[in-house]
Amino acid sequence: MFKRIAFSVNGKAFNIEVDIRESLLELLRNHLGYTGAKKGCGVGECGACSVLIDGVPTDSCIYLAVWADGKEITTIEGVASKSGELSAVQKAYVEEGAVQCGFCTPGLVLTTTALAESGKEFTREELKRELSGHLCRCTGYQSILKAAEKSLEGHICTCVDSPHYKGK
Amino acid sequence: MAYTVVGKSVNKVDAIAKVTGKAKYTDDFHERDMLVGKILHSPHAHAIIKSIDVSLARALPGVEAVLTYKDLPRINYATSLPGYVDDGTETECEAECESDRIKFSTAGHPYSLDPGHRDVEDRHILTKKARFVGDDIAAVVATDELIAEKALQLIKVEYEVLEALTSTDAALKEGAPLIHEEHEGNILASGGFAIGDVEEAFKESDYVFEGEYETSIVQHCHMENQTSYAYIDSDGRIVIVTSTQIPQIVRRVVAQSLGLPWGRVRVIKPFVGGGFGNKQDVCIEPLNAAMTIAVGGRPVKIELSREESMVDTRTRHAFKFKIKTGINQDGKLIGIHISAVSNTGAYASHGHSIAGSAGGKFRYLYPTKALKYDPITVYTNLPVAGAMRGYGCPQIFYAFESHLEDIAKRLNMDPIEIRRKNLVEVGYVDPVSKNKITSCGIRECIDKGKALIKWDEKKASYKEQRGNKLRGLGMACFSYASGTYPVALELAGARIVLNQDGSVQLQIGATDTGQGSDTVFGQMVAEVLGLPMEMVHVISTQDTDISPFDTGCYASRQTYVSGMAVEKAALEVKGKILEFAARMTDIPVDKLELVEQRIIYKHSGESVLTLEQVAMQSYYDRVHAKPITSDSSNNARINAIPFGVTFTEVEVDIKTGKIEVLEIYNVHDSGTIVNPLMAEGQVHGGVSMGIGYALSEQLTFDAVTGKAQNNNLLDYKLPTIMDTPDIGVAFVETYEPTGPFGVKSLGEPPTITPAPAIRNAVLDATGVAFNRLPMNPQRVFEGFKKVGLI
Ligand code: FES
Ligand code: FES
Repeated sequence: MFKRIAFSVNGKAFNIEVDIRESLLELLRNHLGYTGAKKGCGVGECGACSVLIDGVPTDSCIYLAVWADGKEITTIEGVASKSGELSAVQKAYVEEGAVQCGFCTPGLVLTTTALAESGKEFTREELKRELSGHLCRCTGYQSILKAAEKSLEGHICTCVDSPHYKGK
Repeated sequence: MAYTVVGKSVNKVDAIAKVTGKAKYTDDFHERDMLVGKILHSPHAHAIIKSIDVSLARALPGVEAVLTYKDLPRINYATSLPGYVDDGTETECEAECESDRIKFSTAGHPYSLDPGHRDVEDRHILTKKARFVGDDIAAVVATDELIAEKALQLIKVEYEVLEALTSTDAALKEGAPLIHEEHEGNILASGGFAIGDVEEAFKESDYVFEGEYETSIVQHCHMENQTSYAYIDSDGRIVIVTSTQIPQIVRRVVAQSLGLPWGRVRVIKPFVGGGFGNKQDVCIEPLNAAMTIAVGGRPVKIELSREESMVDTRTRHAFKFKIKTGINQDGKLIGIHISAVSNTGAYASHGHSIAGSAGGKFRYLYPTKALKYDPITVYTNLPVAGAMRGYGCPQIFYAFESHLEDIAKRLNMDPIEIRRKNLVEVGYVDPVSKNKITSCGIRECIDKGKALIKWDEKKASYKEQRGNKLRGLGMACFSYASGTYPVALELAGARIVLNQDGSVQLQIGATDTGQGSDTVFGQMVAEVLGLPMEMVHVISTQDTDISPFDTGCYASRQTYVSGMAVEKAALEVKGKILEFAARMTDIPVDKLELVEQRIIYKHSGESVLTLEQVAMQSYYDRVHAKPITSDSSNNARINAIPFGVTFTEVEVDIKTGKIEVLEIYNVHDSGTIVNPLMAEGQVHGGVSMGIGYALSEQLTFDAVTGKAQNNNLLDYKLPTIMDTPDIGVAFVETYEPTGPFGVKSLGEPPTITPAPAIRNAVLDATGVAFNRLPMNPQRVFEGFKKVGLI
């Protein structure tokens, strides 16, 4: 069965019929060609498929395509500027060596982007908690955490457990 | 030695592609009308197929082909590709014609011309006898995933269920059923080595100690599952795009498994989402090739689910060790006898090589007068074990470094001192491989690690601890190798083309699966040719039709072995550039040098030509044009031994059995570090994998049915960011004379010693020795209960 939905991906409007059984991940990857969202498990365990739905990081593998009706979706393909300039978050991931095989990277960059855009302050532990939905087997998370901290600089908490603690 | 680009933390060459979503992995390629291949896995750990009826599945609309063992080629069948079309009729095949079906090995080792040195060929693409829960019984090709799934359910299989041997003890029992008829006693292979006379050595020793240690089955959990797609090209060749570490070996094994000439197969490796050894095995590609043959060459993809990937690909061998060690009063090791039982699961895959590698790499660390190693590798009805980061070393070093710690404790010796007394030195020649240690920084690594963790201070302050939370310190050392020489062939290739603007393309056969080898090779070329990194274009895709020959990504071999080929290719191009310039200018070539994209006079530094001028002439000079390229191959008949150590501090909660790693430092002697930032990243990932191995990871199975209980990322406790402490990394940069730019390996080593170091720290904190991995809260809690701590 099919259902017509209207939504946008990285600012581009779509109005299409989707198979009601399909996940948003399948819609994005198989029909629309946004292959930056990765499938590591298909059941909400790894975070590789994360996209932003109205700005909120979401596992697209367990989000039905039909639910995207009326939503604004951001995928990794929409993070850099149209002219190809990397966002601050992307730059931080490149420079901090937070990318190895890169399979977890799109999801992590998107979640970090959402955190950066929230304008909130995070302690180091809070930041870890926010990122803990993303599994990475390559990096041991060290450089990912550094990249996330760098991305959030300016509104990162400078309390005692933070590496940005100024009293040291 | 001073380098310009080597030794710098340049950005990873593929990082931008990966942060923008442009990097294409196997599943990101779409072929029009791609069919979906799905596999019927055995629900029984040990069973013979009495009958198999696929008629209902074949009749389902949307099903294009159904395959069972009956449909797979007999020896010498297939010279008529793509003539095989599944017309739905079943060939009548009874058990007696089973023997002429092709058996092959999936191990990612180079081919050997010596039949005695080849991997054990013990499997068919689809089997008539199930040997573990998950074994491949039948396969369906359909127009979409749901139809394929449905068709699988329509296949009727009648099994004769046999006793499931779910442990090595069960498999080795007298009278146990045979998993493979040809392997008496379910022993795949046995045999190690002996140096000196260990019994004599025990007699000479002041003390003899014994210990038993056991490791668990774990899984790679690379984030990209095994996946591939295949089709037959217009010239009748099978093309397979796959997430692999070893494209050349995939090509050969697919051809062997189907009885095809090797040149009829082409393998393409795009970006790969991690492998860690799992993709050093040819798991799904032979079946994928058979599927496309069955549908007349139309594209078919096999995308394993996470649940499949965790049990139907490969795991890490669990080992049981018995160690007996003779040692003198002063701490000098006199004789060591290690016996090991390695659990390879249902098929050989890498088989006994893992056990062999464990002993072979351990041998370098503490040379003793007598060392005897006798491992056996045993078949069981569990998922197939294969290569996994460390290749036997996380197992053997966990065992020995735990054992040595126990000895130190019994002799009341400092654990660092006991190791120092026995460590290898430069110049040592291994009596078995005849390999010589040409650089060794293990002592400096220990000094550095000891200082980083503040060993002495903390040791002193933890002397009189009380209460329910106890802290302790532990350490463990390792030795490894750079590649497989002298066990196997170490061939690598590199090709360089100089472009008109003076930039170059670099093609290598070595595969980057995330670790960063493409970047490191780019740095080497930039170094030799004096180019900035942006002028070195590294071709990251490997294609067996196009890329130079290289055996692939395993054994931590690429920076060292493939690096030699890259350096050679770059030097050749440099030589050709200077010769071309000499001809253009009539200046003798030995007076010229290539620096910063200019040809200069060696003595004065004065510019003679730009590199671009030479490059343009090489393409367009009407008389002398000859583009400057190199195509080099290197057969490395040498090996370099890297060393390192883990130091850690833990806090153990006696009441809950929870172990928290407070600090952990890995210090490595990997020779020259080509890219410090990426090297640190390798260590972080390896240590994190080692912490998982120590504390939480384990694939568990029902003891009766052999069914996996936690083959998913929720129940299998892979460390998350919350579970991973800060990981400290340091390097002791020795210069390895045999390596390109002085390098030794780094890829696998970081994951070897976190587990024994943590185990030793727990012993230090609590006095309780955990000789079985993982040390998860349940096991630790039970351990404390047993000794009366709770
Ligand atoms: S693929 Fe969606 S969470 Fe793993
Ligand atoms: S970089 Fe490979 S999984 Fe994170």
